[in-house]
Amino acid sequence: MSSTADPYAAQAHARAQGGTRVEAMPTLPPGDVADLPPGVAADQMLWAETIAPGGYTAKQLGRGARLRLTDIAGDACASMLVFNAERPAERLNVADTLKVQWNAYLGAGKLILSDMGRVLFSILEDDAGTHDAFCGASNAAANARRYGDGDNWGDHPNARDRFMLALAKFGLARKDIHPCLNWFKGVRIADDGATVLDAGPFPAGRHVTLRAEMDLIVVLANCPHVLDARPAYTVTPLRVDAWRGPLTPANDPIRNATPEGLRAFLNVEDLYRR
Amino acid sequence: MSDPALHGLPGEIRHDEVVAARAPWDHVLRKGETLRIVDVEGNQAVDFLLYALADDAERYSAQDTIAAQGNIFLKTGSVLLSNEGRPMATVTATNVAYHDTIGGACSCESNTLRYGHHTKSQHACVENFLQANARHGRGKRDMVSNINWFMNVPVEADGTLGIVDGISSPGLYVDLRAEMDLVVVVSNCPQINNPCNGFNPTPVRMIVAG
Repeated sequence: MSSTADPYAAQAHARAQGGTRVEAMPTLPPGDVADLPPGVAADQMLWAETIAPGGYTAKQLGRGARLRLTDIAGDACASMLVFNAERPAERLNVADTLKVQWNAYLGAGKLILSDMGRVLFSILEDDAGTHDAFCGASNAAANARRYGDGDNWGDHPNARDRFMLALAKFGLARKDIHPCLNWFKGVRIADDGATVLDAGPFPAGRHVTLRAEMDLIVVLANCPHVLDARPAYTVTPLRVDAWRGPLTPANDPIRNATPEGLRAFLNVEDLYRR
Repeated sequence: MSDPALHGLPGEIRHDEVVAARAPWDHVLRKGETLRIVDVEGNQAVDFLLYALADDAERYSAQDTIAAQGNIFLKTGSVLLSNEGRPMATVTATNVAYHDTIGGACSCESNTLRYGHHTKSQHACVENFLQANARHGRGKRDMVSNINWFMNVPVEADGTLGIVDGISSPGLYVDLRAEMDLVVVVSNCPQINNPCNGFNPTPVRMIVAG
């Protein structure tokens, strides 16, 4: 007789699976994770998850939360969407993020801006230095050309369709998939306007740490960069950690670094003055 | 006397309209038709979005377009891709060296960052986009990174970028051939705090031929 022939046996079979550990999974509660971020107490942890190659995740984070992305094996590509959790019509604006800061490249001290003139994230740390605000998410057609398919139900999911599934679970839809940021894969702009990709692989363990300046929904997909020319679907797991942190004080150096950035913080502070 | 602004357009003229300075504009462009945008007085940024007529969740994607052509500048031959990676339109001709698609649209909110809160009440491209789209049931979720025809946004070697003096002049144009049925949504940029309009918003002319 099969071990799942009746509901009693099926229940026992299902329950016996509990407690299994695999590399790509969330740890709940996140304070139970074996490798807490340095200096972070277990009871301050908000999120600890490893995202599979080709996987995705999303979570709401409160204002002040720290979010660390780690490229644990050197070939992650963290494509990111960001929304105001209270009012998701406000979202990441990649063009404003670059234009307002007069700069094409993300790094420590820079801001991630919304389309309402506010700061979504400050970048506290970045030991990677190779990121991309230009080329966006991979899509089904591009993955089909390179890998033979790009479907969510296959072996080569694309970042755009991962975003669609993540957003659906927040009641959002295709129209809410806005231009994204790609962390860890680098795109630079040459003199003639050409995009120059640095797809790695990179040393393991590079990370960026962000500070949420508003209550946010953050969405991550971990799929090969849309311009990654390697014929195999090449991407390694992405580690995500988040923990509680204090709100940005008035004398914060990032808040005061530029007149444009300071006004973006003033707009955030005005939003929460209620 | 023939109108030089019509020179070289294919087929018959189906629409010919001057869009006032600072105004929004929208138009259905059928597959195969050509839209010519004429920078009538020179260096007038034309903020521009495309939606697929059949499904407006499919829309112009600056990032897909940049990734596919491997360059941030739009020139003759550039194919404007949708967020589904499909060709929406092709730049079949332009006598301006290149156009922008990384600078985005000005908004009342981003103006407060770039110039100060004294600009909050000024008109802006996002206001125009929202107004034009509202007529068709689209809203803020339908705002994505746009094209800025006739706008100049260089990126320096150290990553510094910015909207600088234009490289267009009176009468220059861009021609776009629709590769699918499209809704074209335009803001004739009202910005007065940077050189994208030479600090003086002016009319542009929209000619549809096919």
